[in-house]
Amino acid sequence: MFNFKSYTKADSIQEAIRLLKQNPEAHLIAGGTDVLVKLHKGKGQFHHLVDIHDIAELNFTDRNDDGDLIIGPLTCFTHVAESPLIRKHIPVLSEAILTIGGPQVRNMATIGGNLCNGVPSADSATPLIALNAGVTIEGQDGSRQLPLEDFFLGPSRVDLEHHEIMTAITVTRANYDGYYGHFFKYAMRGAMDIATIGCSAVCKVEDEILTDMRLAYGVAAPVPIRCRDTENKIRGRKISQQLLDDISEAVVNDVSPRTSWRAAREFRLQIIATLAHRVVKQAILNAGGTIQ
Amino acid sequence: MAIGKSVKRVDAVAKVTGRARYTDDFYIPGMLVAKYLRSTIAHGRVKRIDSSKAKRLAGVEAVYTYEDVSQTKFATAGHPYSLDPAHKDVEDRLLLTQHVRYWGDEIAIVVAENSLILQEALKLVEVEYEEYEPLMTLEASLSKDAREIHAGSNNVIGESQYTVGGKIEDVLAGADIVLQNRYRTQMCQHCHIENHIAYAYMDDLEHIVVVSSTQIPHIARRIVGQALGVPWGRIRVVKPYIGGGFGAKQDVILEPMVAFLTLKLGGRPIKIDLSREECMIGTRTRHPFDVKMRAGVNRDGTLVALDMEALSNTGAYASHGHSVAGAAGAKSRSLYPRAALHYHARTVYTNMPTAGAMRAYGAPQIIFSVDCIIEEAAHKIGMDPVEFRIKNVALQGDVDPLTGERFVSCGLIECLQRGKELIRWDEKRAARPKNQTGPVRRGLGVACFSYASGTYPVCLEIAGARIILNQDASLHIQVGATEIGQGLDTIVAQMAAETIGIPFEDVHVVSTQDTDVAPFDTGAYASRQAYVASNAVFRAARELKAKILEHAGRETGILGGELDILNGEIVDRKDPSRKVVSLKEVALDAYYDKEHGAQLTAEVSHKTRTNAPTFGCTFVEVEVDVPLCSVDIKEIYNVHDSGVILNPVMARGQVHGGVAMGIAAGLYEEMLIDRESGYIYNNNFLDYKIPTVVDVPDIGCEFIETYEPTSGYGNKALGEPPIISPPPAIRNAIWDATGVKINELPMTPHTLFKYFKKAGLL
Repeated sequence: MFNFKSYTKADSIQEAIRLLKQNPEAHLIAGGTDVLVKLHKGKGQFHHLVDIHDIAELNFTDRNDDGDLIIGPLTCFTHVAESPLIRKHIPVLSEAILTIGGPQVRNMATIGGNLCNGVPSADSATPLIALNAGVTIEGQDGSRQLPLEDFFLGPSRVDLEHHEIMTAITVTRANYDGYYGHFFKYAMRGAMDIATIGCSAVCKVEDEILTDMRLAYGVAAPVPIRCRDTENKIRGRKISQQLLDDISEAVVNDVSPRTSWRAAREFRLQIIATLAHRVVKQAILNAGGTIQ
Repeated sequence: MAIGKSVKRVDAVAKVTGRARYTDDFYIPGMLVAKYLRSTIAHGRVKRIDSSKAKRLAGVEAVYTYEDVSQTKFATAGHPYSLDPAHKDVEDRLLLTQHVRYWGDEIAIVVAENSLILQEALKLVEVEYEEYEPLMTLEASLSKDAREIHAGSNNVIGESQYTVGGKIEDVLAGADIVLQNRYRTQMCQHCHIENHIAYAYMDDLEHIVVVSSTQIPHIARRIVGQALGVPWGRIRVVKPYIGGGFGAKQDVILEPMVAFLTLKLGGRPIKIDLSREECMIGTRTRHPFDVKMRAGVNRDGTLVALDMEALSNTGAYASHGHSVAGAAGAKSRSLYPRAALHYHARTVYTNMPTAGAMRAYGAPQIIFSVDCIIEEAAHKIGMDPVEFRIKNVALQGDVDPLTGERFVSCGLIECLQRGKELIRWDEKRAARPKNQTGPVRRGLGVACFSYASGTYPVCLEIAGARIILNQDASLHIQVGATEIGQGLDTIVAQMAAETIGIPFEDVHVVSTQDTDVAPFDTGAYASRQAYVASNAVFRAARELKAKILEHAGRETGILGGELDILNGEIVDRKDPSRKVVSLKEVALDAYYDKEHGAQLTAEVSHKTRTNAPTFGCTFVEVEVDVPLCSVDIKEIYNVHDSGVILNPVMARGQVHGGVAMGIAAGLYEEMLIDRESGYIYNNNFLDYKIPTVVDVPDIGCEFIETYEPTSGYGNKALGEPPIISPPPAIRNAIWDATGVKINELPMTPHTLFKYFKKAGLL
């Protein structure tokens, strides 16, 4: 039994915003895979719920006339992962999503919920920030857009006002066209687990030159992060074993993992450095590069 | 013939269709629910408790605190009653406690109409504590100035030892080489799917009915009686279908409390249904061991001595207490019976969750240590680790060096030889480069174990069986032995069908144990059920068969001794193809003839006075990813000598489950507890890492079938043993792959990181 005090259901974005505005204590619930766990633990801030699970206008994957990919935040993980558009253009996102929970969780959990929950281990976050994804947020006064990377403010803190709702996740064509990626989730078991470290790399290779590379980590800092210094250092270099070693060495300066009961900082750094090497290597191979 | 066949489980259809009824499937109108108020400190004393606000909440029926319960302490361990006062279980429990001994200790209980009201009411109980320093390690508990967790205990709950084959120091001194090392095992969890649950009610003014998910209904009856000071005959314990126990339900945990509550509340039905979180904190765990080992070995490959010095951590309350460490030493004694052995163990209280019985009862902890040092000994003298084991392990005809009991059946060497073939040991070792250096390395490992088929002579071994011939010539069999998922009901049906000579399908089993009517048996533990039940079922079946033939003889005019029963027909003993009369006719005649016959039944209660050792081994190949500190099992095989295999598919099921649990203990699972506060971090299945179906590899399983004459059908224990040897085999394989000896469990990436770093691999 769950101890909630009020429950309302919205059928549209505008109704969700209105219901949130009516009740300052209300919290959104979509797939429920995070909120119900919190309710189960007796967390009082989830006693008033606005259910947005069935808002059809937020459940889609699409490619617009410019070739930009748009994902409705209420699309469940299974549908995102299996979307032909996603699999064709940004398969790294499908790869990442298929490591989340188990099939039942992925059938319920939504991609927007994963992002708005704001935890550093969100598995869908690293491929999206590596793809320079943007998000659209709608409130009573209209909508605003921002890079997903800036949406994450701190552990379980995101740039979302009480009566705002995420309405789109966008990856522009320029950010994926010609790019190839790879994702690896390091966890204590092969399914039903949260990442100890998550790593996504997206790159572009031309004539054995790494013309662009974007590297993102989960659980390596208070929020999912990009490794800008490393990216800047190696952009434009020729592909080689040495390049991978250099990335692996550089990346530890971009991250700030902490020691918790789940894992020690030193251990996380070991995994971060190893994954930099392996994930970037696989992304380069996917992009048609060769590594001597 | 039903023995040795993979007949379908008698409960298979009921379980897969969801029709099997478990404790929570029974509802009585007006049933109340209850929930413990658990301490939020690990060690201390409640200075003040005020439940008046909670009592005033609408829907709350009652709140009881430690002030409301009897001050008579009781023991909870699911052991048979002991006539010897010196062998009694430690009585250190009250229904509710003022003295807090672990994080989550039970200081009050709320009874309400539903679980939401319970949650709210628990928040309204005000508690003030006087806090003591939590004693979270063996060292802390044993230090001179440590506060006593239980008054008068010195924080040591028990101590025992044995020495066989000579004075250990002398034998070690005479060995060519002496090795020593120290090994530690972790606190882990049973993780049965059905959490602990029980309810109680009274349907008259005297009798208390307790329905519980328990492995030990008859023991539970006695302990409820003892805890409440109620004559045992006034307690009735009913065990419906049960969703696993693995030892956690070989303990009386909720039954005395629900009985107490129904007594207090005028016989109203009251249920306690623990959440997973409570189950992980507040029931039972596996004892962590800290073992100092020494091995004496000669250069010719003879193991001459093993010295085992074990410290066992029982946590906050005794539960099974020192019995676990004692049994671990006894059950592993059969493995190297020709070596001099010294075993000394002490069991210590700490402010950790309470440890109790868990699958293989201490043997995994001791065998991990034994197999580690054995591996090191083989390595030291340059001998193949399988050959070293084959040279030293038990043989048929060896004797238990302490009891003098002869091993009548023993196929351990054959197990080791078969395992070696299965994994292609020689071929792979020859092909593999020595001193691998790459990031990903492969290794092979082996480990072997001995175990027992019951608890005799430490405890009593008793089983009861009642078989009735029905009017339609089918049988009903009722046993005291308890089906907890292991397949016991199916096995007893096979036994009865085999001995009486009727088709397996014609045997019906009463699955529920109800202490008012079920024959007496102490329950499902120690891998004893099929072994000890066999001796009762066999005798009852033989007796009933004789009665059937006697009646058939009267009916047909042929002497009973000249008849036999084959596939449900009465046949000529000398020419079984000649049918004399159908069993159906005999059954109807026995029931309804006006002058002769009766309901034909047999009931036997039998005490088994033997305890056959059982054996087996694990072979494993691993791939270790050094930079990622991870282990991937490529192949794993368990080979067992469990005597005659009664039902091969079910036996393999036991092995698959046990090996998976062994892999979990080896590589994944551990209760993570804050050293300062005693707070338990991972009391749920997200954070407590049971391996999933994608983590457990295909498991190879074979049996070396021997015949054990001390059981009714040649069988020996198999329930617990498969869990024992996987962890040390994996450890030895990691050593083979990386050159790094991991001396603690679990060998998670965190542990490997620490060891690899120290060894300079990272």
